[in-house]
Amino acid sequence: MRRNRKKFRMLPLFAAALIWAAPLTGCSSDTEDTEEEEEESQAQTLTVEDKDYYTRFKDQGISINVYNWGEYISTGADEGTLDVNGEFEKLTGIKVNYTNYATNEELYAKLKGGGAAYDVIIPSDYMISKMIKEGLIQPLDTENIPNRKYIMDNFRNQAYDPEDAYSVPYTWGTVGIIYDTTMIDIPPEDIDWDLLWNEDYADQILMFDNPRDAFAIAELMLGYSLNTEDPEELEQAAFKLRQQKHIVQGYVMDEVFDKMGAGDALIAPYYAGDALTILDDNEDLDFVVPASGTNLFVDAMCIPTSARQKEAAEMYINFMCEPDIAYANIDYICYSTPHSAAYEMLDEEVRESHVSYPDSDFIAEKTTVFVNLSDEANAKMQKLWTEMKSAEDENSNRWLMPTFLIICVAIIVFVLIRRHIKNKKDIF
Amino acid sequence: MKLKYFSAPYLVWMVVFILVPLLMIAYFAFTTDGGGLTIKHISDVGQYANIFVRSIWLSLVATAICLVVAYPVAFILSRMEKHKQGTMLLIVMLPMWMNFLLRTYAWMTLLGNNGIINHLFGLVGLGPYKLINTSGAVVLGMVYNYLPFMILPLYSVMEKIDKSLFEAAADLGCNSTATLLRVIIPLSVPGITSGITMVFVPAISTFIISRMLGGGSNLLIGDLIEMQFLGNSYNPHLGAAISLVLMVIILVIMTVMNQFDPEDQVLM
Repeated sequence: MRRNRKKFRMLPLFAAALIWAAPLTGCSSDTEDTEEEEEESQAQTLTVEDKDYYTRFKDQGISINVYNWGEYISTGADEGTLDVNGEFEKLTGIKVNYTNYATNEELYAKLKGGGAAYDVIIPSDYMISKMIKEGLIQPLDTENIPNRKYIMDNFRNQAYDPEDAYSVPYTWGTVGIIYDTTMIDIPPEDIDWDLLWNEDYADQILMFDNPRDAFAIAELMLGYSLNTEDPEELEQAAFKLRQQKHIVQGYVMDEVFDKMGAGDALIAPYYAGDALTILDDNEDLDFVVPASGTNLFVDAMCIPTSARQKEAAEMYINFMCEPDIAYANIDYICYSTPHSAAYEMLDEEVRESHVSYPDSDFIAEKTTVFVNLSDEANAKMQKLWTEMKSAEDENSNRWLMPTFLIICVAIIVFVLIRRHIKNKKDIF
Repeated sequence: MKLKYFSAPYLVWMVVFILVPLLMIAYFAFTTDGGGLTIKHISDVGQYANIFVRSIWLSLVATAICLVVAYPVAFILSRMEKHKQGTMLLIVMLPMWMNFLLRTYAWMTLLGNNGIINHLFGLVGLGPYKLINTSGAVVLGMVYNYLPFMILPLYSVMEKIDKSLFEAAADLGCNSTATLLRVIIPLSVPGITSGITMVFVPAISTFIISRMLGGGSNLLIGDLIEMQFLGNSYNPHLGAAISLVLMVIILVIMTVMNQFDPEDQVLM
């Protein structure tokens, strides 16, 4: 639930596919023929640089287990999109067993439990550093992944994997504010995180329902590092969040889609990729990444220590970095790509979009990637978060506990009296 | 004696999927990561006392409302002609055919600030009121989802009360209030206790209702447990400890409940 994986904005792609398919169906009445041609032309669009590299394991009956977010790869289910896994199987003869997870924590619990052997996984930044620390993922052999050269400089040597030894970035995005332009009369460049604390919009504000993202916003406002482990600073951030609580309508994650789409709330912080989906539903909304800075998240491909087919897994990662494949994926899932060649292939409109691709100076200077916090800091954050969320207004707290006690006592007294009467009756 | 063997499949099921997990929860609650014994996690649960109190309170309120609403319904149902009873029961059961999540999701849209209910209020010049993201909305969600579990046991007990008993009571000079208090209620106690059990236990451990209708700021025990497993700090030990405490609380409450049952037949 950390990030909603949905395919969206498929329409342009779909239209493009129709246009592309039209001449094919037009020039041949024989359907079988068309299929063949289609296959051929798809094979033509898919140009890999080093074919020999990919055919090394052909006919050896190897299979790899890929574990990815839901809706996070081009599947070819819709007409005109590329079946990435199918293409990989066709090219290399390696079978791909593809399964999905919904949260980083779910992935972590699976790997930690040790029950399953996966060859390729795609966790997010902070989870990667946690897995490196616990030895759950292993260093990659860079010689086997030549296509890594396409990864943009901004996404190299990130804090979660300083040596770039364990991961190859797959997608990224930023956190910003979705707001209703009809009700909030502030020019976009003036919008900052303090909008979420603005009393004028009391009860119209949504907030992240996970401590890491919520604390990050408070830390940004207080000028702390997003990866701070200082208990004092964490408490300050929690205090900041507590000040906001009385004007927050609700703490939500994916419910943001409905609530903002239906106009139930005016302001919500969320992830850029998902924000685009919401913006499509409701014309009044806009999305702003505050200029003061934000969190940048990266999902990257890794190989677990328990992987059985490391070389084949590296081949898969390399395949995912082929320009055509990277483009097909990013076009399908609509997050931002760290792949320079795929970026060049995108429509100009998408490339210029300040939502998907803020300029690189901003990324380099004003954004911070999460790294994993120490166990103590995580526990502290979780505790502060629970306290903040369960804190009640004072007057309601005053009668809650006594009433409960009185009811308990009343029940016990009643039971005792009943027993007493019953026993008396039994005597006669 | 041979009949005993037929219970073997369930016995195996029970051991593997009920007994072993329970023991594992107890094991996790009392051990550290390294496997050493500790009561740290149990004492850590103490800091969430207010969440426990809120959960118990909200589910008690929901159970009480369910009882008050369901009792007359069940009585009227049980006094209907036989062929009508089937149809009416079907109507009671009907919402349960729909997915639980979907039903709760629907309430989100109904109660929203721009939702249907506030929209109707707006038409007559009232509101908008803050309906969703309150503890009232959580109670409403519980009552809505668990009401059938209260009606059904009450109905099945009341259906067995012979009509002639009411006539006898009237003969002996009972007015309708006295009939209710001295005949109907005492005879339906088993239904009341099992109804309360069936509403209270799921209500106290729910987490999705409070998530969806409580706006994330009305944390219940269920949310707390979920946070230990899928939240930022992966802490199965604390999660297990909270579940263990919750189980004990439910056990105590159920024991108290069963004191009301004259024949001690239900549950314990």
